[in-house]
Amino acid sequence: MSDMDDAYKDKILEVENLNVEFSTYGGVVQAVRGVNFSVGRGETLAIVGESGCGKSVTVQSIMGLIPTPPGKITAGEARLRGNNILNLPAKEANKFRGVEIGMIFQDPMTSLNPTMTIGDQISETLMVHRHLSYADASAKAVALLDKTRIPEAKKRAAQYPFEFSGGMLQRAMIAQSLACNPSVLIADEPTTALDVTIQAQILELMSELQKTEDMSIILITHDLAVVAKMADRVAVMYAGQIVEMGAVDEIFYESAHPYTMGLKEAMPSNRNDRAKKLTPIEGSPPDLFSPPAGCGYYARCPHAMKLCETKQSEEFILSSNSSHFSKCWLQHPEAPKTDGLFQAGDEHAS
Amino acid sequence: MLVRTEGLQKYFKIGRGQMLHAVDGISLGIEKNEILGLVGESGSGKSTFGKTLIGLHPRTGGKAYYEEQELPPKFSAADHLAYSKNLQMIFQDPYSSLNPRMTVLDIVGEGLHIQGQHSKSQIKDEVAAWLTQVGLNADHMSRYPHEFSGGQRQRIGIARAMIIKPKFVVCDEPISALDVSVQAQVINLLDDLKNSLGLTLLFIAHDLSMVRYVSDRMAVMYLGTVVECGPSDEVFFNPQHPYTKLLIESNPEPDPKAERARQHASIKGEITSPINMGPGCRFADRCPSATARCSVEDPKTTKISDQHSVTCNLFD
Repeated sequence: MSDMDDAYKDKILEVENLNVEFSTYGGVVQAVRGVNFSVGRGETLAIVGESGCGKSVTVQSIMGLIPTPPGKITAGEARLRGNNILNLPAKEANKFRGVEIGMIFQDPMTSLNPTMTIGDQISETLMVHRHLSYADASAKAVALLDKTRIPEAKKRAAQYPFEFSGGMLQRAMIAQSLACNPSVLIADEPTTALDVTIQAQILELMSELQKTEDMSIILITHDLAVVAKMADRVAVMYAGQIVEMGAVDEIFYESAHPYTMGLKEAMPSNRNDRAKKLTPIEGSPPDLFSPPAGCGYYARCPHAMKLCETKQSEEFILSSNSSHFSKCWLQHPEAPKTDGLFQAGDEHAS
Repeated sequence: MLVRTEGLQKYFKIGRGQMLHAVDGISLGIEKNEILGLVGESGSGKSTFGKTLIGLHPRTGGKAYYEEQELPPKFSAADHLAYSKNLQMIFQDPYSSLNPRMTVLDIVGEGLHIQGQHSKSQIKDEVAAWLTQVGLNADHMSRYPHEFSGGQRQRIGIARAMIIKPKFVVCDEPISALDVSVQAQVINLLDDLKNSLGLTLLFIAHDLSMVRYVSDRMAVMYLGTVVECGPSDEVFFNPQHPYTKLLIESNPEPDPKAERARQHASIKGEITSPINMGPGCRFADRCPSATARCSVEDPKTTKISDQHSVTCNLFD
């Protein structure tokens, strides 16, 4: 690890006050409203939330993948080792994306070029960024496919995406994203389209590669079970904002935001407690054409107070090392005690 | 048994004289007012089994019974009319399973309209009642599918299937396209309807935790065959077939401590296509306990308790 890296050990990638909006015929959608987070070296940060909460838009902004127009990053910075990478011209952006930050997508079938062989798609990355010759790049592509445990990598490199299964395509996409040894890998719902058995294989491959390649991972998912398996830290997003963030155990065992609580209770546990009925979160997320003045979760929250409708909560810090915060008025010292919810002053689980 | 199959088969011709054995000899029964969960990887034949069972695909072989009467191998238009009163289906994809050019009133009311025993105003009242029951607004009936979210469309699909008060409903991955918070709404709705209407359900899904939660019994499919079947908790907490064991080991749970303690023995390889299957166990090539015998001899079904059966050579 160089001295340069050492200085940014805890914050390889830092996102500050990110705001993204989209102009549509119906008006302006405020998809991301003031998001802050950072990722440390070798760490996995999971961003969870339901469809439309802004989790994908957040990472697409970092990668410069937001189509402009209609999209627009209206405020904020994303710093890779201290250098802002938002709103860069394509030529500048190409120096880091695919090189320093790799990305894999939810649907490997539509994310790869159907008219190019898998091997050529991976070597293209190497030829563009690392200026390798075609022969060298092709050899490295086979080695990368081998690294992601694709059997008969040499034969497979000469095949087209349609000849691959979903799980194999996801491996190929991981191989491609690793081509330039990125320090950050962004995985946007990498296993949502896959079966549990293949999901387990891909997640284990990612964990292993994270260790051998010393990568940070930003994992976007809606599946809390995947979060539990993979994450060191978790950011819970709702209506374009991070409503709770903390270490994985804090989020699961000391959930401090009613939305996090709601997500947990809406899922069946694997314990033998069949009598317990699932508790759905009633209603649907707010319209981000005109986001509510107060808390985005107000309309669905079982503990909503009058204050929540008009005023957004601040981020209340709940752990001594300030890793855990909840953006909810129930964490205010004068708020009523709420059953089941972790509140400031409660005993920590461990 | 309300619905029962005996050695049900459905093969598809895929050209060049090849046959895809999507469903290959499945014998299952579902008791009245029971929920049978059907799990397995994509391509294991779950949906094909559900569709063949209620006559949406003509079957290749075997038998299917409804109330102990044999269903025709290939449904004629008259058969569809007669049986669709009692056998219904909720489809997986709430986006492509609703006709975009029909209003919600037409979609949900179509079943009653086809039966021809209701006047227009009666149909309208029924549709309004059902939309309310599935948690939508009765005023929504003049809208088109594109005006609804995924969860709302799934409810329209449920109202469409339920309005003619069927006895048996095949739910094909009814929640896999939905967000976690909405999944629970739909599951609770199905559970309420099951209790209030005395419904019997075949619940097809790949989410093991959800299937265990929802169903009374659970059947595990692999490449067109059922490898294990038994009471849900028994199959989930005490799996016997090597495939079921691996499936459950691969299923992560929303609990970081349990995940850290988990043994990582994830399953190798991928499911293949059941094209021109020979004899032998279909799981043999991925099975950690396979012996030479498994690739030549069809496994037999062994009962390990009154209701719990396994189809594997290890138990023979």
